[in-house]
Amino acid sequence: MQIPRSRITAVMGPSGTGKTTLLRLITGQLQADSGSLHVDGVVLRTRAQPGLSRAELYALRKRMGMLFQNGALLTDISVFENVAFPLREHTRLPERLIRQLVLTKLQAVGLRGAAQLMPSELSGGMSRRVALARAIVMDPEILLYDEPFVGLDPISMGVILRLIRRLNDALGLTSIVVSHDVQEISTVADKVFLLSGGAVVAEGSPQELHGNPSEVVKQFMGGLADGPVPFHYPAPDYFGELLDRSGAD
Amino acid sequence: MLRELRESLVDSIVSVGAIGRFLVRVVVQVPRAALRLDLVIAQIYNAGARSLVIIMLSGLFVGMVVGLQGFQLLQRFGSEDALGAAAAIGLVKELGPVITALLFAGRAGTALASELGLMRATDQLSAMEIMAVDPVRRVVVPRFLGGVIAMPLLAAIFSVIGIYGAQVIGVQIMGVDAGSFWSQMRASVGLGDVTEGIVKSCAFGVACSLVAVYEGYNAVPTAEGVGRATTRTVVTSAVFTLFLDYLITASFL
Repeated sequence: MQIPRSRITAVMGPSGTGKTTLLRLITGQLQADSGSLHVDGVVLRTRAQPGLSRAELYALRKRMGMLFQNGALLTDISVFENVAFPLREHTRLPERLIRQLVLTKLQAVGLRGAAQLMPSELSGGMSRRVALARAIVMDPEILLYDEPFVGLDPISMGVILRLIRRLNDALGLTSIVVSHDVQEISTVADKVFLLSGGAVVAEGSPQELHGNPSEVVKQFMGGLADGPVPFHYPAPDYFGELLDRSGAD
Repeated sequence: MLRELRESLVDSIVSVGAIGRFLVRVVVQVPRAALRLDLVIAQIYNAGARSLVIIMLSGLFVGMVVGLQGFQLLQRFGSEDALGAAAAIGLVKELGPVITALLFAGRAGTALASELGLMRATDQLSAMEIMAVDPVRRVVVPRFLGGVIAMPLLAAIFSVIGIYGAQVIGVQIMGVDAGSFWSQMRASVGLGDVTEGIVKSCAFGVACSLVAVYEGYNAVPTAEGVGRATTRTVVTSAVFTLFLDYLITASFL
């Protein structure tokens, strides 16, 4: 897989196919068993080959931001402090400047007015927008989104979609969005990778994928219940099991 | 049966080894984490100040029981005047540190484990890692230090309140002479007894705090996993406390 710089790349595929694992490989939280992984020219450590030291990995992570599925806000501090968290940990900026940076990022996601709220007072969509503000507060070069639309109402989903596009274009980011919301992601992604069974089965622009003749791609893009990815979990013969009395008490 | 016993023994040894490795990881980060005094002080408040009420109440009742039982026993030998010495030595050397540690594991230890477990389950620890912030340094070590510092203070408060409880029963209700109660105590309790109590409470502080942060940090990120981590915190802390109690008592003889 080659993920283009300064573009929005979507990674789609059925649940359990390794999309989130891919993000965790890119951030160095997991190590690949084989193959090699390069992020902005830097080789990441795998089980087969040595790579970055812990300090180097942390230095690389400072150039990344990640939006977790549930926002992953720190629940014991306010919205403002959550966004300020990376600045306080990594810089010695004066308080006035931290305040300005935090308010600027909160304004970008439309939540400057919620700065003093606690995470427990936010809706799911608001939590994700705050997490997005926190992810961009250090001005990263790469922004990773892990299922950013799960459980959102249509308005919140539209807001997040517009933010992904706007932030990517305004900040010149490289965005990687893991999602299985085909319609939504097709409207913002420049390139799509479709994974199935732990492998890439198709790649291209959203339009190219919609026209792809592969059965797997058609099933996923069309949201069909049955196909190469079966509806039924592997099981013994249905009638045989119903008539089998050996398991009865 | 034998196989289960062997597997359980191997699991226990593996767990102790893993906790030991985690202790090294924590201790390595202590110097840097200690620079963030605000975080450590907040955790001393969480683990210490918030446990004060239960520690003081328990200390009072345990002291009163020691006063009653001690008086009944010493009366048989006509030595009621030694009640102050007996209560003080029992509380300072043994009951204070041990019961404080058990209460600490039940109150602050479970709170620590469930907090860290929930942080794990809600990806807060992963989010820190992505932000290039080491969760062990930022979250675990301040909580560990908070517990280690709070425990001896709580044990001291427990012992003082306990002695007061014994005095209430012995002197004010059972009629032991107040002068004898206090003078016997002063004459019998030596620096060695107090040192033993301090060493025990410090050791229990390290053990209980370490077990709590280890179990919470390594909790399986599910509701059941967090619940199990909380239970294991209490059980493992209690076993460690009583085992260390024996070792330290034996080493002071």
